[in-house]
Amino acid sequence: MSHAAVADTHDHDHDHKPKGFVKRWLMTTNHKDIGTLYLIFALTMFILGGAMAMIIRLELFQPGLQFVQPDFFNQLTTMHALIMVFGAVMPAFVGFANWMIPIMIGAPDMALPRMNNWSFWILPFAFTMLASTFFMDGGAPAAGWTLYPPLVLQGGQNLAFAVFAIHMLGISSIMGAINVIATIMNMRAPNMGYLKMPLFVWTWLITAFLLIAVMPVFAGAVTMLLTDHYFGTTFFNAAGGGDPVLFQHIFWFFGHPEVYIMILPSFGIISEIIPTFARKPLFGYVSMVYATAGIAFLSFIVWAHHMFSVGMPLGGELFFMYATFLISIPTGVKVFNWVSTMWKGAMTFETPMLWAIAFIILFTIGGFSGLMLAIAPADFQYHDTYFVVAHFHYVLVTGAVFAIIGGAYYWLPKWSGNMYSERLGKIHFWWSTISVNVLFFPQHFLGLAGMPRRIPDYSTQFAEFNMWSSIGGFAFGLAQIFFIVIVWRTVKGKGTTKATSRVWEGAKGLEWFIPSPAPHHTFQDGAPVNDEHLAHVSSH
Amino acid sequence: MNRKTNCFKNSCKNFLWLAIGLLFSSFAFAEKSKYNMTEGVTEFSKQAYDIHMIVLWICVVIGVLVFGAMIYSMFAHRKSKGVTAAQFSHSTTAEIIWTVIPIIILIIIAFPATKALIKMEAPTDADGKNIVMDMTIKVTGFQWKWKYSYLDEGISFLSTLKADSNAARQANPTVDLYEVENYLLDVDNPLVIPVDTNIRILLTADDVIHSWWVPAFGWKRDAIPGFVNEAWTNVKKIGTYRGQCAELCGKDHGFMPIVVEVLSKEDYANWVKQQKGEQEVAEVKNNSEWSQADLMATGKTVYDSQCAACHQTTGQGMPPAFPALDGSTIVNGPIDEQIKTVLFGKQGTAMAAFGGILSESDIAAAITYTRNAWGNTAKDAAQPQDVKRIKNS
Amino acid sequence: MNKTVLKAVLASVLMFGFAFALIPLYNTFCEITGLNGKTSGQVTADEILKKQIVNENRLVTVQFDASVNSKLNWEFRPTELNMQVTPGKLYKTEFYAKNLSDKDITGRATYSVTPGKASLYFNKTECFCFTEQTLKAHEEVLMPVTFIVDSKLTEDVNIMTLSYTFYKLES
Repeated sequence: MSHAAVADTHDHDHDHKPKGFVKRWLMTTNHKDIGTLYLIFALTMFILGGAMAMIIRLELFQPGLQFVQPDFFNQLTTMHALIMVFGAVMPAFVGFANWMIPIMIGAPDMALPRMNNWSFWILPFAFTMLASTFFMDGGAPAAGWTLYPPLVLQGGQNLAFAVFAIHMLGISSIMGAINVIATIMNMRAPNMGYLKMPLFVWTWLITAFLLIAVMPVFAGAVTMLLTDHYFGTTFFNAAGGGDPVLFQHIFWFFGHPEVYIMILPSFGIISEIIPTFARKPLFGYVSMVYATAGIAFLSFIVWAHHMFSVGMPLGGELFFMYATFLISIPTGVKVFNWVSTMWKGAMTFETPMLWAIAFIILFTIGGFSGLMLAIAPADFQYHDTYFVVAHFHYVLVTGAVFAIIGGAYYWLPKWSGNMYSERLGKIHFWWSTISVNVLFFPQHFLGLAGMPRRIPDYSTQFAEFNMWSSIGGFAFGLAQIFFIVIVWRTVKGKGTTKATSRVWEGAKGLEWFIPSPAPHHTFQDGAPVNDEHLAHVSSH
Repeated sequence: MNRKTNCFKNSCKNFLWLAIGLLFSSFAFAEKSKYNMTEGVTEFSKQAYDIHMIVLWICVVIGVLVFGAMIYSMFAHRKSKGVTAAQFSHSTTAEIIWTVIPIIILIIIAFPATKALIKMEAPTDADGKNIVMDMTIKVTGFQWKWKYSYLDEGISFLSTLKADSNAARQANPTVDLYEVENYLLDVDNPLVIPVDTNIRILLTADDVIHSWWVPAFGWKRDAIPGFVNEAWTNVKKIGTYRGQCAELCGKDHGFMPIVVEVLSKEDYANWVKQQKGEQEVAEVKNNSEWSQADLMATGKTVYDSQCAACHQTTGQGMPPAFPALDGSTIVNGPIDEQIKTVLFGKQGTAMAAFGGILSESDIAAAITYTRNAWGNTAKDAAQPQDVKRIKNS
Repeated sequence: MNKTVLKAVLASVLMFGFAFALIPLYNTFCEITGLNGKTSGQVTADEILKKQIVNENRLVTVQFDASVNSKLNWEFRPTELNMQVTPGKLYKTEFYAKNLSDKDITGRATYSVTPGKASLYFNKTECFCFTEQTLKAHEEVLMPVTFIVDSKLTEDVNIMTLSYTFYKLES
């Protein structure tokens, strides 16, 4: 939202929006403004991380070294991942949470509005610090986002900056999570029982618990890196009695729940979009909640499937393989429930629905390759190849990012008061969906044919698919610039129509009973929640 | 007109069949081609391939069913067809079915997977008897080369990216990479092993974690500094097999390939004899006085394979991380200081200690070469004895 | 609401501590399962020998391996490559080390037994790896290791490697 959009509306005098940029944005405690800040920040980081991906794909366009040196290439892959994970996907979901959770549960704001401001404004500083390492002697961290020692300890002074940046990000995420938990547990409107909450709220509640459980563990792990590097401790140094593999265990104890932190809120968004455009209640609401909780629980006992090749005892390999298998059961339940929600509905295919459908198909493909990777004896072949790269980009790009974009189209009319252009939205969808598959699908073949990940140059036998992948990459990158244009035009009201308060014919939930754009303050005097407002009225 | 629609229908039908045929033939194509996992030349690689194909097909079937239902629904249950939305929201029977069926599928997958893992970790033959290992090779990962030590034979050597690949992979290449055979997948000294032999492979590393992977053998295993990992293999087919380091290990992670030559048992025995002879020659070389010309010639080879990755064949380096040697104060300064730098490395920089990696004669030759190559004109030479003296001081 | 926030803050502080608690947990776990090939610490021979039920017919191969980190200018190797041992009996071998330099250097050895499951049954009763070793300039030493492979060693193991890596002790 911008001032211009605000000026266009006439009946908002009772909004009491603070005047002036500093008061409105820097010192804001309003959940909607903070949500907007998070979303703008995430989009900025998405473009920055995407720009790095473009350089990576440019270098990999053909064999040989044309554009960047190997060391800089490693810096790019490392920073691309750190920025996309901690700068784009996670803040985008926090942005959605800030905007939608209070409205969805009928609360006037987040539970801790001033902490909310703080947790956002830490982010730009943390990322400035992280990005500044590019300009240091020796460059940015280059050991991969997994920061494995001893390699990461060779990095020089960037380590201290990266570690402090991660500490700040961690504090920001934990504060955000505490805020979400406090809001959901204490500020629901009367009659908003736990089993009446929209699934987006449920998935975020569970995500928030995951964040509190694992972000501190990550902070601890990088602190140990810091003391190993600067203060002579030997947590991960074999010469001093430590064990470098121990870091991998601690990292993935954080890292596996972390990947669910990036996907559970997507499940929530998809579970809001599908029923709306199928005009049919979400199938198996309660089992969706249990499935989410089940996935979250399992995420704590599967971490070592990232490390099958470190040489574990047979018992360990079997345990982590079986436990990983189990995850496909609740995940499968979710996919089946979405398909059943569509079944016998009366569907229309507006842009958000298209993204949601693409999400289900492409995320499931990522899930299939995940199941393949779980099989330890086959993983001895897949591990650390482009097959893995393809897998996690299917779940994170066509999974998390597609859900974010779909959610943005879904709620943008509510946020801005204007309907985006369906025509442009659909162009953006088809352009992205086709190019993203050209980008990532060939990477499966590259991995199977034996191309390791994180290499700046490759043997000529891999040339063809890398070229396809790069072409897809450039097209996908360009499509997202187009997305910014669409969002900009919608917010500015160019070539758009005014959105109604309900926006979508089949939409249910409290957010569709307030005007569009959502007024600066909502539900100040409590929300009158009737069961017919809600998407899920538990009839069990 | 009827004929026309029929014709249209027929061509539609034909097109559909063609599409389905193409889809399946593309999978069949994927089965045996460079686009799929290799079947390899060991029991493990065959097992990995079989499990991979089983699960791939299971995924394809599930995918076709689920996406098929979805796509059917998208066409049949759309508002534009005038349907009214049903309002059901749960079905306990359906939910039980789609929880139980995946569990059954997972159990089916778990059997071959478990069997394959046990085979790998506890090698037994068909009668359940322990397999006796015939020989042990220790693989040590360095930034960015491999060292192979034949523990039973006392043979050991380094294996680095071959010089032609190394020249072609530079930012301003002097060799066209398309002219290089096996670009980036060739080394100066391959690992040589006999066919049909149970070989125990111990893995460790000197600096950071590496991972040793030859796809045709069916596994990769990390080489971790300070620890020893174990794997084993028995290659059934004579030939040359190529792989790469599979764990990010720094700047030249992409440039430390693995080449294994599998020989017949007789050829292998001859190779071992020859290697032992060469190691004696190397011993003599370390103890003798070299001519300037010999030092320069050997020095160029050593420099190109060991030093050029960072300092470049042109000696220009990649400042600031990797300083130029052409015109360098160290290279043009006192020779002892340069020997020290090469032997012991430079703390806090990327300069590794080569004292434990290269032979004294190789170090002497490389140093002599840098002092007299490009614009450097020190006109002196380092002898193996000088290197030995400083190494031991 | 304050209670919720307090609990959440407490939980995140605890989880930060948990990251550090993972270190002793991991080491204990490794000792129980042989995860990283570390064997249990020094044990006295008598204690172990009392518990052995020796099968005189069983022989397993113990292989000795030695590495020197590239920053340490020592020579270091086993004096014998292989030893056929009967589980449950006490054996002794020696490693040879020489300081090649003109300076006194202190080093420390890490050790690892592979396969991991065998490390559970490998008892070292005397080993140079338990202490730092200082070698004077050009000094050479023979360093003994005495060990007992536990008679409970599972039947599927018939070869194991005892491997040492010597590192320079950074002062």
